[in-house]
Amino acid sequence: MELAENLPPFLGTITEQIKSIPRSLDILPIGATARVTGVSGSGAVARRLLEMGVVPGAPVRIIKAAPLGDPIEVRVRGYHLALRRTEAQTIMVSSEQ
Amino acid sequence: MSSVLESPSLKASAKNVKPLQARPLVIALGGNPNAGKTTLFNALTGLRQKVANYPGVTVERKEGAWSLNAGAPPARLIDLPGLYSLDAASIDEQIARDVLTGKIPNLPAPDVIVAVVDATNLERNLYLVTQLLEYGRPVIIALTMVDLAEKRGLEIDEKQLAESFGVPVIPVTAHQRLGIDALSSAVLKAAGGKGKGAGWRLSDSSERELMALMEGGEDYVNRHAALRELYGEELPSDEERARAVKSARERLAQANANWWQEPLLARYDWIENISSKAVRKHATPSMTTTERIDYILTHKFFGPLILIAVMLLVFQTIFSWATLPMDLIDKGFGRLGDAVGGMLAPGLLRDLLVDGIIAGVGGVVVFLPQILLLFFFIAILEDTGYMARAAFLMDRLMRGVGLHGKAFMPLLSSFACAIPGIMATRTIENPKDRIATIMIAPFMSCSARLPVYTLMIAAFFSGRKLFGFLSIGALMIMAMYLLGIAVAICVAWVLKRTILKAPTPPLVLELPPYRVPNFLTILQMMLSRAMLFLKRAGTVILAISIILWALATFPRISPASPASPSSLSSQSSSQDSTDSQDSESETDLHGEQLRQSYAGRAGRLIEPVIKPLGFDWKMGVALISSFAARETLVSTLSVIYNVGNDEESSSNSLVNAVRDAKKEDGTPAWTPLVALSMMVFFVLAMQCMSTVAIVRRETNSWRWPLFMIAYMTVLAYIASFITYQGGRLLGFS
Repeated sequence: MELAENLPPFLGTITEQIKSIPRSLDILPIGATARVTGVSGSGAVARRLLEMGVVPGAPVRIIKAAPLGDPIEVRVRGYHLALRRTEAQTIMVSSEQ
Repeated sequence: MSSVLESPSLKASAKNVKPLQARPLVIALGGNPNAGKTTLFNALTGLRQKVANYPGVTVERKEGAWSLNAGAPPARLIDLPGLYSLDAASIDEQIARDVLTGKIPNLPAPDVIVAVVDATNLERNLYLVTQLLEYGRPVIIALTMVDLAEKRGLEIDEKQLAESFGVPVIPVTAHQRLGIDALSSAVLKAAGGKGKGAGWRLSDSSERELMALMEGGEDYVNRHAALRELYGEELPSDEERARAVKSARERLAQANANWWQEPLLARYDWIENISSKAVRKHATPSMTTTERIDYILTHKFFGPLILIAVMLLVFQTIFSWATLPMDLIDKGFGRLGDAVGGMLAPGLLRDLLVDGIIAGVGGVVVFLPQILLLFFFIAILEDTGYMARAAFLMDRLMRGVGLHGKAFMPLLSSFACAIPGIMATRTIENPKDRIATIMIAPFMSCSARLPVYTLMIAAFFSGRKLFGFLSIGALMIMAMYLLGIAVAICVAWVLKRTILKAPTPPLVLELPPYRVPNFLTILQMMLSRAMLFLKRAGTVILAISIILWALATFPRISPASPASPSSLSSQSSSQDSTDSQDSESETDLHGEQLRQSYAGRAGRLIEPVIKPLGFDWKMGVALISSFAARETLVSTLSVIYNVGNDEESSSNSLVNAVRDAKKEDGTPAWTPLVALSMMVFFVLAMQCMSTVAIVRRETNSWRWPLFMIAYMTVLAYIASFITYQGGRLLGFS
């Protein structure tokens, strides 16, 4: 993402394209906002995430990481959710800002 | 309250008033965790509620009486477990489905479902409502936290919401009792009616598959049943049906790899559609109060520090505040024993009542203040929302041994007493993680071990200093605590890789907004935990107390005839340096009685087994009795060494007696090494009948408590053996 921001303006369309490449939630930096594009995996965790409103189109924001770096806290649909990085890895997002 | 609810006379009078209500109305209260469900439940029922378990599982069953209108009998209000969804295979969700479909014995399917919806969290809360709508029962939405939503810039059009969902929407503020009357009349109006279902649809091709599976006509309840079969986690048990579902799933999977997500996404689509019409968003404050508080409380540096401070405060108060009521209870039972003893003639009945039942039950009830205090703090930490933060902070460490962040609090509580700690594991959803946590909780050195440590240290390690300032005694107590923790970590590690093998539990944990704790909720939690503890552990303890008393009493030596001279002389020759006591003859009799009793015989019987640990038969008797409760070691040793009954004045003489006790061959029975071996044994052995009873209760089988006794005793034996034999090899004595 930092790469995309540092590109010269004439590469703007490429920047847009890079931004829309789906990536997993766990690699986003603290403070970043993104939109969910999907939840991969098929187990109980994926189901629970969808049930709790982590569905395509929902905006998420990374709030902070726990003192030892894991789990992380995100904000989705107006509430706060703690997730391990392994769980965050299954949430695909596209960056917004 | 149960008697009022179920009394036939009231049912009969209800029949006279309103023939339609042959039985009280049954109303189910459902909603997300932290949606304000408990507060509403308490406001509707007051303390007229009973807490029990659903048959065969440890899911809490809460039922209360709700007076809907004056004159009529109160309705039965059933509090469902806090849920995000009704679809998963977890026990909570299974129980909730059973309640909604009337499968619980003596509990008819609800006449009305009240869905608690948190206005600050509308979409996620409404997801559960879309499911509640499909159980064929009228639904009423109780909208909570409206004021909080307004503060966050959310304006909710209740009429629009009610229209879109086709159900009444009643805003309630439970602690100010606003909206309660409106809710009551809405429930009365809806009772007896049918539900309307939800308006979301799947794609055409998926709807066709669903239609093909529907049985018994086009009806939203049948549709829901088919939906659960097609998209559920398991296949239907009927073989033919399973095949039909399986092939339908295959067709769906061909068109869409994530086919199973479709109903979930369709429900949210529907909800978003409605909320876009019903909710107006004004400019929101950049940071909510909760986020501001969390900035400090889950801060990288201050977060853990504050957690430690909170824990220290809790412990300090449990240890210091609980002492006074515990002493009072102890004295009260002592007086009760004296009073009963004074009323009855000396004999078996008096002994049974005083030494067996009153002393035994008193020994359990004495833990009540600690339990009440601990649950007071746990309720506050939970009700404010801090508990989830503690799990968030501790998860990484707990995961190292394969446990959930939520295991942290119960384990920490177990340092005060394993009983409330084990009761607190109920917050851990995954049964295997919960059992692993229960299995290691007793390794946390509880307050009942302290008297044992104190006696051993006072007798053999007091006054010594390391480097001139570090007291050896304090270091040894700390070493015992650390030993317990180290063994607990190892055992958890092994259990999670063997018999409780399961992938590391996922952490998908809501961090709810901070709230001012509700007094009624806290009181209710303390009371229900106290009742559970007294009722169940009390009955088991009562039985064990009687058995132990009998073992120490029979076969009886006649109190009238003096004990045989030979045994008395051997007793006194081994005890010659014990100072003469005022009540010497009585304590001699006690000692002799114990020696001749089954417990004494058992002590001598196990002597060969415990000899490699450095223990003689008298310690064996104390060990056996301490399996009921650890601190009985001290009182049993007092009896064995004829120190006298009055414990308060005897602590010093017991220390001396322990120091001076001799074996049959005249060498000292106790040495510093024996004392250390004894302490190590007490760190690891399962010597607490109340804990065994609670584990039996919480795991719903004898398998786990028996396994716990077995493996902990084996571990204790091995560790004591290594301590004693290793120490001797190294030249210590």
